[in-house]
Amino acid sequence: MKKFFSIAALALVASLALTGCQPKTPADNGGTTPPPPQKATIIVNGSDTMVNMGAALAEEFMKTKENIEVVVSGGGSGTGIASLINGSCDIAQSSRAMKQEEKDNAGKQGTLHEVIVAFDGLAAVVHPSNPVKEMTLQDLAKIYRGEITNWKDVGGNDANIVLLSRDTTSGTHVFFKEFVVQEDGKAKGAEFADQTMMMPSTQAIVDELTNNVNAIGYVGLGYLKPSITALGMKANADAPAVLPSVAAVQDNTYGLARPLFFYIVGNLEGAMQTYIDYVLSPAGQKVVADLSFVPISK
Amino acid sequence: MTRRRILGRLKTPIQQRLVSLAGYTVLILTAAIFIFLLLQSWPFFRENADLKFFTGDRWLPVSFPPTFQIRGFLVSSAYIAGMAILLGCPLGIVSAITMSEILPKSAGLVARSIFEFTAGIPSVVFGFLGLRLVAPFVARTFNLPTGLTGFTAGLVLSVMILPTLVSLAEEALNAVPREYAEASYALGATRWQTIWRVIVPAGKSGILAAVLLATGRAIGETMTVLMVAGGRLNTPGSIFDPMRTVTALIAAEVNNAARYSPQYHALFAAGLVLFTITFAINALAAKVIVKRVRGEKK
Repeated sequence: MKKFFSIAALALVASLALTGCQPKTPADNGGTTPPPPQKATIIVNGSDTMVNMGAALAEEFMKTKENIEVVVSGGGSGTGIASLINGSCDIAQSSRAMKQEEKDNAGKQGTLHEVIVAFDGLAAVVHPSNPVKEMTLQDLAKIYRGEITNWKDVGGNDANIVLLSRDTTSGTHVFFKEFVVQEDGKAKGAEFADQTMMMPSTQAIVDELTNNVNAIGYVGLGYLKPSITALGMKANADAPAVLPSVAAVQDNTYGLARPLFFYIVGNLEGAMQTYIDYVLSPAGQKVVADLSFVPISK
Repeated sequence: MTRRRILGRLKTPIQQRLVSLAGYTVLILTAAIFIFLLLQSWPFFRENADLKFFTGDRWLPVSFPPTFQIRGFLVSSAYIAGMAILLGCPLGIVSAITMSEILPKSAGLVARSIFEFTAGIPSVVFGFLGLRLVAPFVARTFNLPTGLTGFTAGLVLSVMILPTLVSLAEEALNAVPREYAEASYALGATRWQTIWRVIVPAGKSGILAAVLLATGRAIGETMTVLMVAGGRLNTPGSIFDPMRTVTALIAAEVNNAARYSPQYHALFAAGLVLFTITFAINALAAKVIVKRVRGEKK
């Protein structure tokens, strides 16, 4: 038995050694035809808000440029920025601007480029049967800071407000916190109220909102659908309420909107330059608009 | 009996060596995981060398400066696992008794395969059912502002731990020698008396081990609690509040954490705490099982 095993082992080692040492035969064509052109791959990672847009842009782009492959995945803006710094992606899609610390880290790998590729309007959303249809940005901030806890204080039913937010992973969370909860610097250090429920995805927010008459949440414009109602936003108590829409974000009348970024480290050249040019071109911006995001120009 | 037969077959040294190699690999892997967790969380504990990590109630990973305190998550884990055990144990143990002692053999087999089938359902499916069926039911029944609460998660988890609980408890009851029951019947005891006064006490330590392993399973469950527990980040006031467990915290945020950032190390610190807790529970279960095996040999 023992002998059998050692013979078997010997045979195994021998066969491995033989195949491993086999000299590589030259290609049959003898080099007469040129090798197929190298396919350049651009790896895109980041914001969940932007992942559908990124995938659609990549798809349209690859129809025209067959030798460039663009691979898009989500995970969150923070994820994308982290993998850009780690070098595991070429473009980080981010729904928030990079923090200084992140910029410093990325700068160590090469020149950092920041490109605004679109705008995103956030919509504050409630259940369709909620009598509240509009509010000021300040009231929205107070609600999310836990200073207003009952719907009757903003003209609604006598019922506790159920606060829904995206998880801390989400660029939307960071944008909403800085832009609404902290009132863009006016309420420095303010945080989401203790009772805020962090939901793992935008879909989870939409699901809970369709079931819960007393909930409020925030979603990107692309996620608006008839089962939830977007609140009109007022700059102050006397200003008119503006419903979130592409036109309202573009002409800057809707207050709750933000830019969306591509971050790239290194020199913009070759396949990367071709892709960025495409994204900013009218054709690319049409893809952006088709997905209910706001193009960078009119 | 079976164990001796297996060992008897392993006569040749090479086979014995392979088996012990596999055993040691598992031991080394477990130790390696522990050391890895220790190394990755060490930078966090070095900079936060106080108990605030355990006693504090603020988890603000994307604030400046960030704060990492996990009392809320620990309390939530205890609430949800505790409720799952409180609900699941009576049900599971009674099912095990029924299958082992009361049902005819063929019916017991059917019941067992149903439980084994339950074990094969992915936890994300349980989460989905919890979201769509259990959460609205809980909200309506208890008149809560939202159905996504610790109670809902505990309810779903109590079903999820049943397979572990039932199969281990049943095994413990089956291991009770038939002579015990026969002696009991010979003394004129009824079936009820035999089960509760003789068989269950004899299988006590095995049932305890089953409960402990099910507790470990309940604490370790991630996907379901992430989906249905509601995601509040600090200490919940009661089991009817939204909450987030340690496992859900790690699952929700680990993607966002840039490598070697404070959040990254803090999440590993939370992971180390979780590992220590489940390891302690499983070690306790192992001790109970060893005691039982030794007791039988006497």
